[in-house]
Amino acid sequence: MEKYYQKEFECASAEEMRAIQTERLVKQVKHVWDNVPHYRKKMEEKGVCPDDIKTLEDLSKLPFMTKADLRDCYPDGLLAVPKADCVRIHSTSGTTGKRVVAFYTQHDVDLWEDCCARALTAAGATNEDVCQVAYGYGLFTGGAGLHGGSHKIGSLTLPMSSGNTDRQLQFMTDLGSTVLCCTPSYAAYLAECINEKGIKDQIKLKAGIFGAEAWSESMRQSIQEDLGIKAYDIYGLTEISGPGVAFECCEQNGMHVNEDHFIPEIIDPETLEPLPLGTQGELVFTSITKEAFPLLRYRTRDICILNREKCSCGRTLVKMCKPMGRSDDMLIVKGVNVFPSQIETVLIEQGYQSNYQIIVDRKNNSDTLEVMVEMTQENFSDSLGKITEMEKSLVAALKAMLGIYAKVRLVAPKSIARSEGKAVRVIDKRKI
Amino acid sequence: MKVIKQISLFLENRSGQLLEITKLLSASGIDLKAVHIAETADYGIIRLITDDYEKACEILKENGYIISLNDVFAVGVSDKSGGLSELLTVMADYEINIVYMYSVFGQKHGTAYMVLRVDNAEMFAKMIEENNFITADSAELGIK
Repeated sequence: MEKYYQKEFECASAEEMRAIQTERLVKQVKHVWDNVPHYRKKMEEKGVCPDDIKTLEDLSKLPFMTKADLRDCYPDGLLAVPKADCVRIHSTSGTTGKRVVAFYTQHDVDLWEDCCARALTAAGATNEDVCQVAYGYGLFTGGAGLHGGSHKIGSLTLPMSSGNTDRQLQFMTDLGSTVLCCTPSYAAYLAECINEKGIKDQIKLKAGIFGAEAWSESMRQSIQEDLGIKAYDIYGLTEISGPGVAFECCEQNGMHVNEDHFIPEIIDPETLEPLPLGTQGELVFTSITKEAFPLLRYRTRDICILNREKCSCGRTLVKMCKPMGRSDDMLIVKGVNVFPSQIETVLIEQGYQSNYQIIVDRKNNSDTLEVMVEMTQENFSDSLGKITEMEKSLVAALKAMLGIYAKVRLVAPKSIARSEGKAVRVIDKRKI
Repeated sequence: MKVIKQISLFLENRSGQLLEITKLLSASGIDLKAVHIAETADYGIIRLITDDYEKACEILKENGYIISLNDVFAVGVSDKSGGLSELLTVMADYEINIVYMYSVFGQKHGTAYMVLRVDNAEMFAKMIEENNFITADSAELGIK
């Protein structure tokens, strides 16, 4: 029988959900108006005040928020409560190197962990389970989110963080992990190692929750077969809370959005007009319960489709499909947001030209990032040692900016094709 | 202290890259006196000594190559077993490090020349003088 973590919300009728959302939206708009000058100014510019927001239909009167707003208000300009009321931050890399810092009150942490608990419950996890959290812990939301969710449902939580594969496998076998939470590429890698070591018979996994990067249906099939588990997708972003904004159920054909906390909309990224259910467009979220860092109509830049068809799991929460692409140039590499503009900034700082190419690929189930850049007269030297030093310093600067390793390939001047119109900066060879 | 002009070029590790350069230079009648390659997996530095470095630089720049023109030393060593060791022994005594080195044959019978870039040129000049090493000038290597 299907289990729910918070049935009253997950299976609410359309009328009940509308009532919950309306009440929370009205309250949230007022909270933001009263406490966030940046947002109040944006509302005033659009000629809208809290009294104009009475129903869900009024949502479209509100201005949008984008990564640019987050950048302009870095680090705490969008904070809607006193810092003393906050208990934690998480952070993600943003455009042109400025990070996004998201603040949480205890209430915000709780609701986020509830969302992750719903995801774990939908994947079949209970207090009988051993939940191995192999997402990164720290500023990244992956580890903390699933860790908290696992606590909420009373699973025995293994706070492994990412990497150290031998230790992962040792705990997995010694403690009999039944649920695995990590990126899909790491799950595939773990599966490979398990098969290489011939220890599959010692693995007790039954389910996995894999998110933070794009993965295909065929990748799901191979992970499921290799590990003998059911593999569930999970969606989230730091700006809105973290993983658990939406999660998959036993149907495995789209993710239920926790819409009692986050109202989703689909808009046309060009005209910014809301689009009807079932239409492809840019996903926008309004967080209606968060206290510290409530974003209204935040443009995720993810392209997807929402649908409200009846789900056999019994949940009535609206479903979103896997994001089908981005309406900006952001790349997700190894679960990390990478913007070409960040790479460009580093190249110019290091004395290279802005003519470059980024090549993303997936080798052995792990993303690779390569930056091709042209050698310049200024950086050239007759000493190979000096050039390799410069190359090393460029690699280090990219690592500092992006948080992940990028291979640098120096090429001859004029060897990167110049284009007439929009330059082809990114070549994504990943077959997802 | 006699010095030789050396041209360095940045080249990608792809077939035909060096050929393009030799074709380009030979088309203008430039004679290569020495060619040396230092490489990594992705790219290399080609070091050239030519009979007319000014003209060679001009042609290479015109064709979009990134080049660097440097003074290097060409030190004569006797063309027999142990010839190079003599030079290296003295350099070690003076604590001079080699940035890179390659050999080029001179026109005088029995002498080979080591083309060197060192980390301490001043000390190197002192060493050459104090130990009576022969250094080649341009004419000796057939450079205009």
